[in-house]
Amino acid sequence: MTEQPQSAIFAEALTKSFPGIRAVDRLSFDVSAGEIFGLVGPDGAGKTTTLRMLAGIMPPDQGKATVAGFDVVHDPEGAKHHLSYMPQRFGLYEDLTVDENIRFYADLFGVKRAEREDRATQLLQAAGMSEFRKRLAGKLSGGMKQKLGLVCALTHRPKVILLDEPTTGVDPVSRRDFWRILYELASEGVAILTSTAYLDEAERCHRVALLHQGKLLFCDTPANLKAKLGKGVLSVTSSDPRGSRDQLEHADGISSLVLTGDGLHVVVDDAARRIPEFEARLKDAHIPFGAIQQVTPTIEDLFIDAVGSGSGASLHV
Amino acid sequence: MPEDNNSVVIENLVKQFGDFVAVDRISLGIRKGEVFGFLGPNGAGKSTTIRMLCGLLTPTSGRARVAGYDVGREPESVRQNIGYMSQKFSLYNDLKVIENIRLFAGLYSVPSNQLQARIEWVLEMANLKGQENLITGTLPGGWKQRLALGCAVLHKPPVIFLDEPTSGVDPISRRQFWDLIQHMAEEGVTVFVTTHYMEEAEYCNRLALIFRGKIVALGTPSELKRDSMKGELLLIECEPLGNAVEVLQSAPDVIDAAVFGNALHLVVRDAAAAIPQVKKYLSDHSITVGHIEKIRPSLEDVFVSLTTERDSGKERKA
Repeated sequence: MTEQPQSAIFAEALTKSFPGIRAVDRLSFDVSAGEIFGLVGPDGAGKTTTLRMLAGIMPPDQGKATVAGFDVVHDPEGAKHHLSYMPQRFGLYEDLTVDENIRFYADLFGVKRAEREDRATQLLQAAGMSEFRKRLAGKLSGGMKQKLGLVCALTHRPKVILLDEPTTGVDPVSRRDFWRILYELASEGVAILTSTAYLDEAERCHRVALLHQGKLLFCDTPANLKAKLGKGVLSVTSSDPRGSRDQLEHADGISSLVLTGDGLHVVVDDAARRIPEFEARLKDAHIPFGAIQQVTPTIEDLFIDAVGSGSGASLHV
Repeated sequence: MPEDNNSVVIENLVKQFGDFVAVDRISLGIRKGEVFGFLGPNGAGKSTTIRMLCGLLTPTSGRARVAGYDVGREPESVRQNIGYMSQKFSLYNDLKVIENIRLFAGLYSVPSNQLQARIEWVLEMANLKGQENLITGTLPGGWKQRLALGCAVLHKPPVIFLDEPTSGVDPISRRQFWDLIQHMAEEGVTVFVTTHYMEEAEYCNRLALIFRGKIVALGTPSELKRDSMKGELLLIECEPLGNAVEVLQSAPDVIDAAVFGNALHLVVRDAAAAIPQVKKYLSDHSITVGHIEKIRPSLEDVFVSLTTERDSGKERKA
């Protein structure tokens, strides 16, 4: 894979092991300026380790990484001026106000006083936090704390932002606010790499890379990934989900079937063909059902299809 | 309200802290064996309600019965008949699997003549037979979840409370976990779930959405998606995307416009009528439309629609 000169982030065959475990296994990808790139995967998939290597705070065992053109392995200090890293446990000072926290981080990043005030005002406005400048950070809601963390990470106008699960535990409304800020930054040309375990959040990224046990499963826009699935996904609504499952689980053409709260979520080979077949089965068995509709595959469907419908994870001891 | 089939009955429940009404007359009936989800923004009254239902906080007024006991007058009995599992508060990572199980058995006063059988049951259920001496902290994600669930039900409670039980867990382990929950529900255990993960909300038979202390939506996931959304949802691919949001936000009949990945999501009153109007509006503003279609709202769309529409325009929570 040749490095594109305009890659804001470039990773090639990044590898990192810890005793007994290959945390990151020959990971290669690149992120352009103005792109929001999602690293998606469950806990333990290698997301935090990857971010730490790109932030220049953990050397890889093998492989190469550049951020804003700087080689983070050989010149981490050079990269640091152009990047911002927001780890999962971000250090906000609970007994300082919003303003004081921003001032602290601006000083830390060497932002000149003259610039600092303008920059803070602008960012707080974008974050919808202008009225909260004098509030103690400890008194902010979870969603507001995350936004403040982001504001602190942006005072020095980085070209690249690395975010480690920035919206964990944050409710959907605050999450949308947060993403609004990310989209604005992206439109200004900032490259954003964000990790998440929320699969539905992956849909908001321009491109996603799915990680599983340190390896890249696939990397593309959400729309392309879904188009490539090559299977149909059906939603069956029924007041008797268990009865529906019992009737359909041995039907032809099914690659996965899950009981949801009010029906079934089924991945099939050919939606147009199977819908009438399933309807007939349910009718014959007198199982009440509302509708069988084709729906867009979710990122979870892609993940499960790629990893296999699971005889369960084996316990490596 | 008929109580026979209801494992949890809530009537006009109120909790007030000084002048602040955190929970504002909530009423609900949850059936035995139902998997019931509680959604809502932080600060909406969700945790306060759950604490009352768990017998940890006395209501200001109204009443609730959980597993047959009144939460205000018999909180001790309530606590002995529920199980609780949360990410932030469950297992001790430096204890062995078996040590955690014994600890929780002690906490829940499992009678000594049942102890061995219950230990066996938990190990079986969590697929950890033969692995009793593993240090809990070293268990991979999905396994810890199952162990935590097992420990929460050692005393066979008829009602259990789960708080984001599968956050961060891989999708396959998540499905296995929920499979386990569904089996327990089939056997009559009532399951109360609170979560911000819409993937988990989809596993609930019914959902209640709480906002500012009140229930603003109640129904199955499908009902919520179909009936609760204020308007219909359009997906638009166009160039340039950034300008399009601003342009559309001031367009007539547009309830909300937001970027979503490489496209826009637009909430309109009537999709069929809006599609040609939006196309024209965008091209009048020199924006090329690639693709436009009506899409099904997700639970997240419903959630946002219901928890922001009450504030005019830009909602800002502290």
